[in-house]
Amino acid sequence: MAIGHVGVAAPRPRASLHVRVRELLDRERFLGPAFVTPALFLLLLLVAYPFVMAVYFALSDSFIGRPSHFIGLKNFLALWQSDAFRQTFQNAFVFTGISVALKLVLGVSLALLLSQQLWWKRAIRGAVLLPWVIPTALSTLGWVWMFDSLYSVVNWTGLALGALDPPGPNWLGQRYHAMAAVITVNVWRGLPFFAITILAGLVSIPRELYEAAESDGAGPASRFWYVTLPLLKPVLAIVILFSTIFTFSDFNIVFVLTHGGPINSTHLFATLARQIGLETGRIGEGAAISLYLFPVLVFVVWAQLRYVRRQVY
Amino acid sequence: MARASRRRRSWKVASHLLLVPFLVFALFPFYHMALTSLKTDRELYDRAAVPLLIQQGPTLEHYVKLLWDTAFLTWIKNSLLVTLLATTLSLVIGTVAAYALARLRFVGVGAFGTGIFVTYLVPTSLLFLPLAQVVNWLGLGDSKWALVITYPTFLVPFCTWLLMGYFRTVPREVEECAMVDGATRVQALLRIVLPIAVPGLVCAVLFAFTLSWNEFIYALTFTSSSDQITASVGVTSELIRGDIYYWGSLMAGAVLGSVPIVILYVFFLDYYVSGLTAGALK
Repeated sequence: MAIGHVGVAAPRPRASLHVRVRELLDRERFLGPAFVTPALFLLLLLVAYPFVMAVYFALSDSFIGRPSHFIGLKNFLALWQSDAFRQTFQNAFVFTGISVALKLVLGVSLALLLSQQLWWKRAIRGAVLLPWVIPTALSTLGWVWMFDSLYSVVNWTGLALGALDPPGPNWLGQRYHAMAAVITVNVWRGLPFFAITILAGLVSIPRELYEAAESDGAGPASRFWYVTLPLLKPVLAIVILFSTIFTFSDFNIVFVLTHGGPINSTHLFATLARQIGLETGRIGEGAAISLYLFPVLVFVVWAQLRYVRRQVY
Repeated sequence: MARASRRRRSWKVASHLLLVPFLVFALFPFYHMALTSLKTDRELYDRAAVPLLIQQGPTLEHYVKLLWDTAFLTWIKNSLLVTLLATTLSLVIGTVAAYALARLRFVGVGAFGTGIFVTYLVPTSLLFLPLAQVVNWLGLGDSKWALVITYPTFLVPFCTWLLMGYFRTVPREVEECAMVDGATRVQALLRIVLPIAVPGLVCAVLFAFTLSWNEFIYALTFTSSSDQITASVGVTSELIRGDIYYWGSLMAGAVLGSVPIVILYVFFLDYYVSGLTAGALK
């Protein structure tokens, strides 16, 4: 083979530039790196480098427009002295835990309903997915109006149905109500992702398994428990992991709905990082707050790579 | 037999009834938004009025005010420019990277694939502070061009991941046939693989468009002048003066700012559904 190759190459000592480029592009060892270079360059410059900077900021007493000094882990530790940060830390877990749990339960129920025989299947799916595609900042603005202290349609409906006592809660002005409001909007916006993805998982479960279970005398509840749920596990794992990282790092909903208030009771890491880092200019502290998101990211990536995407790489 | 079919039919009706609360939850905010944008101020701030209906006649005054008295159209133009450029850029970069990951063997391909997947999971709110510094160093502070170059940081990993899945479904043999016939790899990609992967490309375009149109934290952080901001930022920041909310105009802005996405959505619903599941499941 090698001799034959040399035999072909020998008669033309100098190939034209065009031919040489063409041959080069046909070689995988060259074409592969050439194809990934733009993406690699972009991610190094605008993801990896900012990440290194975030770590550097977090370890310094950086302040907008002032030289900074290395101060080690002081920022990370000093944050624990701050009531706002401790409150935020707690909020993040309450918010993520309740939101993801609600989205999971409601998402499985909705997916089960969507997998039934329906008359307007496409229209219903379209309606269910809508909150997920509309710009979150804008739709959240609609929710701000729905939770308005004077003209809240939520309160009006609640009072009309007799479910609330007049005058009804000031949703965005009281701490627990504000947290409930933020969670509601997050569930509203994230539920379609759960429902549609779980629906895809449901549809892929072979019909024969249900028929076999039915002929063994299993009722609907035990069919769900022993057939649907175990086979849905991988999909549920992916959806929960995805949702955890993006709920934990949520910014839009809290920023538009409550701005973190009242008295920090709905602040999340991202909104507090913005307030400290940009509005008061303490970039070092802001970066340190953002980096508290990092362990969650590491855990999700690790879990995904280890359990879910083992087959890919 | 008759009883079984009757039971199936009543279960079908029951499924629809059980779906009603979910649909009300999903759609009511949009109904209320549109309704508010069409009400007169007098009715909006009348505590005795029924908020679920328009009783004192609809009006377009909020839309007129939004379009003529604010820079709303500039914000929409900025959004369109940023979205189209960022989408195009990311699609090109993502396509070649995805092809390399799906088909080519070279040193570091595995590490690169993992890297793409990891950045796919990095939330934008983790890096916006240092990224603002990078944007300033590049001389793009308070410029919509900052958004054109930063949006690909989350669009490229997404497009790459999505397209890699589609490229893998194209049989290797089809491509090899073309190359035996004298096509180069690049030609095989352009003429054979891409046409087969059109559904994947449509999906990637739709999601990239939607993600950039909806992006908020970068736009809010990197731009602030009225002639540079995007629709989401304009409506949420410029239409609120101090503590005064002009709810009619705000809701009109929210409605109009969602229109481009709704149009795409109506025409390409099935792609959204399949892209959503492909992105998460592949």
